[in-house]
Amino acid sequence: MILWFGKKKKKQELEEAELPSPAEPEAEPVVELEPHNADFQAPLEEGDPASPHPDPADEEPLDLPGAEPAPEEVMDTPELAHLHDASPEPEAEPDPIAETKKPGFFSRMASGLSRSSSRLAEGITSVFTKRKLDEETLEELEDLLIASDLGAGVAARVTAGLAKDRFDKEVTDEEIKAALAEEITAVLKPREQIVDFADGPRPRIVLFVGVNGSGKTTTIGKIASKLKAQGAKALLVAGDTFRAAAIEQLTVWGERAGIPVLSKSTGADAAGLVYEAVERAQREGLDLVLVDTAGRLQNKSELMAELAKIIRVTQKLDPDAPHDVILVLDATVGQNALSQVEAFRHTAGVTGLVMTKLDGTAKGGVLVAIADKHDLPIHFVGVGEKAEDLQPFSAEAFARALVGPG
Amino acid sequence: MFDALSDRLGGIFDGLTGRGALSEKDVNAALREIRVALLEADVALPVVKDFIEKVRERAVGEEVIRAVKPGQQVIKIVHDGLVEMLGGEDADTTLKIDSPPAVIMMAGLQGSGKTTTSGKLALRLAGKQKKKVLLASLDVRRPAAMEQLAILADQAGEGVTALPIIAGQLPADIAKRAIQAAKLGGHDVLILDTAGRTSIDEQMMNEAAEIAAIADPSETLLVADSLTGQDAVETAKRFHERLPLTGLVLTRMDGDGRGGAALSMRAVTGLPIKFLGVSEKLDGIEAFDAKRVAGRILGQGDIVSLVEKAAENYDQEKAERMAKKMRKGEFDLEDLADQLRQMQKMGGLGGIMGMLPGAKKAKQAMDASGVDDKTLLRQEAIISSMTREERRKPALLNASRRKRIAAGAGVSVQDVNRLMKMHKQMAGMMKKMGRGGMKGLMGAMGGMGGGMPGGMPPGGLSGLGGAGGSLPGLPGGAGGGGLPGLPGGKKK
Repeated sequence: MILWFGKKKKKQELEEAELPSPAEPEAEPVVELEPHNADFQAPLEEGDPASPHPDPADEEPLDLPGAEPAPEEVMDTPELAHLHDASPEPEAEPDPIAETKKPGFFSRMASGLSRSSSRLAEGITSVFTKRKLDEETLEELEDLLIASDLGAGVAARVTAGLAKDRFDKEVTDEEIKAALAEEITAVLKPREQIVDFADGPRPRIVLFVGVNGSGKTTTIGKIASKLKAQGAKALLVAGDTFRAAAIEQLTVWGERAGIPVLSKSTGADAAGLVYEAVERAQREGLDLVLVDTAGRLQNKSELMAELAKIIRVTQKLDPDAPHDVILVLDATVGQNALSQVEAFRHTAGVTGLVMTKLDGTAKGGVLVAIADKHDLPIHFVGVGEKAEDLQPFSAEAFARALVGPG
Repeated sequence: MFDALSDRLGGIFDGLTGRGALSEKDVNAALREIRVALLEADVALPVVKDFIEKVRERAVGEEVIRAVKPGQQVIKIVHDGLVEMLGGEDADTTLKIDSPPAVIMMAGLQGSGKTTTSGKLALRLAGKQKKKVLLASLDVRRPAAMEQLAILADQAGEGVTALPIIAGQLPADIAKRAIQAAKLGGHDVLILDTAGRTSIDEQMMNEAAEIAAIADPSETLLVADSLTGQDAVETAKRFHERLPLTGLVLTRMDGDGRGGAALSMRAVTGLPIKFLGVSEKLDGIEAFDAKRVAGRILGQGDIVSLVEKAAENYDQEKAERMAKKMRKGEFDLEDLADQLRQMQKMGGLGGIMGMLPGAKKAKQAMDASGVDDKTLLRQEAIISSMTREERRKPALLNASRRKRIAAGAGVSVQDVNRLMKMHKQMAGMMKKMGRGGMKGLMGAMGGMGGGMPGGMPPGGLSGLGGAGGSLPGLPGGAGGGGLPGLPGGKKK
């Protein structure tokens, strides 16, 4: 499944499936500690001290029952379609037992994405029962793409690509959907790149940036929840020293995950804090430093300068740092996302993207416009509030969710 | 990234001036451009379609007024249409909070800004209207959400308190406890901040409806991000169906988004937009103004914001001192350094330019010339390298002094010379402003174009009058000292 941190993940994922994971208390709204963490921390921690620098990619999984190589079927496309049909009920929380039986990330992402009934899909179905692909139909199709936030330019291009071979032919909505998904997948596929934090230099410094409320802290928290179980020696850095209780928010995630959180009081200099964090990570031989930053609108040059300073300061300790700069985008955002990518890329040298909140009615179509324009990998998508709702990005699943089940 | 609509329409209507009424063909061509412009501004498609039809009806057959370009005339029609659709000039932005404790319930998606807005509203009500406000967070999901609201209550200070947190309590119970506490504590207003939720999360939507049923809020506000795209309609519609919404709050209006979501949400719910969130600070909330938002959706800049921002960031005392000096025609390098710092406070060159009409071209010119916020910092460094006497009497600066200053600031002597030249120009401008009041200010803004290589495009400032004078004018006497001038480019 997800290479959050080396191959261990696969094993852990399987176990997650095997474990009779206690039914989540649905009525209890307080987000609980991830149950599997408690179960896995102990054995892994025992294994770790033997090698102070464990390369999790090399480390063979500890022999826990059911530790088999990751099932290939998770990448299976037909399964996706199948699942779409199998679980059409709009339940907010799928039955946890049923959920564990189908652990494929593809399916999980798909089901998360499909929770929001695709407007585009409904639209297409109403446009194309069976009719000729003429100018008028194409225009309607283009409108539907625009209504999914693809933007006028990309919508026009995708429609043109679609019309190339099929213009003036009779088409069904199924055909149109498949073709459309194909066009969109073609744009997104090159950007599909799972990030493996186990690779690369130690300590690996990962900076999370984005506008206010896009979901940076939550994304870090979700990643952190997985790391400990995977044997990573990580440090979270509460670099949002501006927003009230942002530090506390990250601290809660850190406590849940059993990962230390470095913080200063609200109002402290974020760059200084990050410097200390990197210093500490180098001293203690940590694997990974996840840095939260304050949300900032990309047109505020003062705040963007502050971000540039964080990066400059980090580079004093490690000229290659930060090794990843991940821009967190909210799926509800419209064409402004393009401006966000441009500005953060310019200031912070963004290396990858995460799109959050795809479990709502917004489908994040602007990601297609971004993929069209920027050569930036898309690492994860967020499809819910739980840790496991952060999923690796899959071009096919995303395109499918945008267009709707075929 | 977006061209102002006026630029787009310019081409279509060239050579049309004075040709009688606007024909359907002319209008259709223009409407296509308007459609794309609105979509790029994130106005939702169905809303765009409706709107275009309305404009078509109004525009076809309209007499072309001589002296005004037809393109501008269409823009005026569009602008007026937008203002009307957004609720008109006298949109109701008051809150119904007469019967204490009046409950205001906040709802919206995750990360839309509910908690921050709750804090802002509390401060506004406690300050401007002298209300006693109780803040209660019903967000039991996001870690530290309750602490966040408690901290905001603390920051808001007098008149605002937060309901003590009891861990493990359910939202509905917290709501009941909050109402009880508000009654007992003699609070005028109770603001219920709720957890962020997606509109298709049945369980969570039920919870919100239950809270609304318990609290019977006199105002239920949907808080939405102004950067929202096409989804705005869907979210607004679904929340409206489930909750007794009474108004909308749009946050992050200080971003560079075009705010089309405002139009979409207003159109689909018919609810008034009450407030706009305009900064991260606790006082960063303003009553909604249809005209400003309309101008912004059309990409005509937001002059009012610019002036307000200038006023806001301008130290009143300093401004008065400066005005006095200006009247005497004095403007020394210390004043220039002040101006440079002010500009950085206002969000730097980019921030200021973003609010000017026709700013796109000016920005391009700026980029081409290599003038950026670093230039501002460097210029400030040059001034900092001077002695106090030199700053007060720039005439003292001879070649050897300039050399010393350049070395001190780590720049070349040419940079120092350039700064001196800019200072001279600005001193001249300031003199004009000191004498001419508002007219002088506008002159100075025009003059700023001269300072920029390539100059401000003529189409730039004309956008002001271009919309048939429908853009809000500059309020008089903004900030006393007025707008800080922009420094000239690196190379002229």
